[in-house]
Amino acid sequence: MSGRRINAPLVVGGLLVLLVVIMALVSYVWTPYEFKFLPVPKEQPPNAEHWLGTDRSARDVLTQILLGARTTLFVGVVAVGVAALIGVPVGILAAMSPGRFGQLIMRGNDILLAFPALLLAIMFSTLYGGGTTIAMIAIGIATIPAFARITRSGALQVINTEYVAASRVAGHGPLAIAWKHVLPNVTGLVIVQASVSFAIAILAEAALSYLGLGTPTGEPSWGRMLLESQNVLHRSPHLAIIPGAAIAVAVLGFNLFGDGLRDYLDPKLEGR
Amino acid sequence: MLLRLAQRFLVLLASLLAASALVFAFMQVLPGDPARVALGMNSSEESVDQLREQFGLDRSLIVQYADWLRGMVTLDLGVEWVSKAEIAPQLIDRLAVTGWLVITAMALALVVAVPVGTWMAVRHRHLDGVVLSAISQIGVAVPAFLAGIILITYFAKRWQWFPSGGWVPPAEDPLGFLSRLALPAVALALVQASILARYVRSAVLEVLREDYLRTARAKGLRPMQALTRHGLRNAAIPIVTVLGLQLATLLIGAVVVERVFVIPGLGSFLLDSVASRELITVQTIVMVLVAAVLIINFLVDALYLAIDPRLRTGGR
Repeated sequence: MSGRRINAPLVVGGLLVLLVVIMALVSYVWTPYEFKFLPVPKEQPPNAEHWLGTDRSARDVLTQILLGARTTLFVGVVAVGVAALIGVPVGILAAMSPGRFGQLIMRGNDILLAFPALLLAIMFSTLYGGGTTIAMIAIGIATIPAFARITRSGALQVINTEYVAASRVAGHGPLAIAWKHVLPNVTGLVIVQASVSFAIAILAEAALSYLGLGTPTGEPSWGRMLLESQNVLHRSPHLAIIPGAAIAVAVLGFNLFGDGLRDYLDPKLEGR
Repeated sequence: MLLRLAQRFLVLLASLLAASALVFAFMQVLPGDPARVALGMNSSEESVDQLREQFGLDRSLIVQYADWLRGMVTLDLGVEWVSKAEIAPQLIDRLAVTGWLVITAMALALVVAVPVGTWMAVRHRHLDGVVLSAISQIGVAVPAFLAGIILITYFAKRWQWFPSGGWVPPAEDPLGFLSRLALPAVALALVQASILARYVRSAVLEVLREDYLRTARAKGLRPMQALTRHGLRNAAIPIVTVLGLQLATLLIGAVVVERVFVIPGLGSFLLDSVASRELITVQTIVMVLVAAVLIINFLVDALYLAIDPRLRTGGR
């Protein structure tokens, strides 16, 4: 165990995540075509003019994949951001509250944990009619417990150390201790959780858009591309395989990156 | 042990109650008028009032909540707002369909994941172990509904070996039932098997490092013998936990997979009810799914006590 070592999952995951980020960034300055119905044949397989072919409305597939990367990352960032912004303070609060109150918070957390992101999003879409915003909020809320849990367990380890006791004796209040000692010590755990949760958020968004409850018609989304491919599968399977591969690459990237980062930050766990 | 079990059961009941309050709060207390949502934004004031009165939406929220709870316990859930169909019998029929799907998928996943995961652990320093491990990582990244779409493309549309969807009850036409169950169950199982195999791998790796396994090897058992005789029971504990969690994700995965394969299960019921804005039906199905998750967690805890004698005396 010679300290921190770069590992294969970290590198491969990092590269895949980078690939998705680059796709999203490129879409701001360049796409092969505009995202609209083109005066070209429909359902073309990949060819020289349309590298990934055209869909059943004669829209360029590569264009949609690039723009879809934007949607995917946007939903992930907002959902994970909401979850972390609420979950991390809740976890620290639960760890620092003495006795019953901390336990009560975690009990509530466990109950929210029984609500999967997709289910919460479907439920909300009954009231508010679906859409990207509702999807992001619902996925975010459903992800709070994961952050609260991991933060609490990390915080509990710090709170009982001598330097926190010393800080308390020196007259620092709980807020100062949380900010100066607890938060820096859970940051690694939270980043790992963020990467794993990002993958789950991508899956949930794709499923919601496939169900027609996520990204609305006319906006590029990998999940929606799958929905639109469904009736032409028998003759144009590439219309499902290409966005499917994009989803898998993004999820794989964030999963691997999270795994690799966990091993990197905690070399004792190597090989698990 | 019985005392601990009773304790866990009380926690389960309290969690169910709290979860039901949460579902109710999400659906009823959040801004928005249920009756207006159900009938659409352009409905007349009169018809909205009528619906509100007919289904008791003008009563206080506490009374409505208590009424809904009583309905779920006594299985008297009333009728749907718009279609006027009884909710409870539909719920039971569709729960059975989803049950078939989820349990078959879980069984398939287990049958594949336990040997493959064990193999991955035993051979983790060899090429085949690493390759299998990489394949399982990719499997985790493919959502079940996507696997379903790809399976339909080739096995149903292109080669026409299986029907692309639909459902017949097993008693009516056993062969037709199996042929329709096959693709969706495999779609769900592929992802689950990948996730499960990874957990089996890390659980077995953990056990392989234990002293008692080294002792077993030292007395002359071969690696696989040592593992099957002494290791697998210990590896089973973390796997059972994951199994419980996975059963819950399978249930949610089934919601989308049912849509892919046009299967009349709980998931399709939920999505149809969302589309027709049957708020109470949505609320009830969500509660059934959440309750299933909580009950599975409870069963996992109970199974834990059965597998690991150290936990029975408490004071963990």
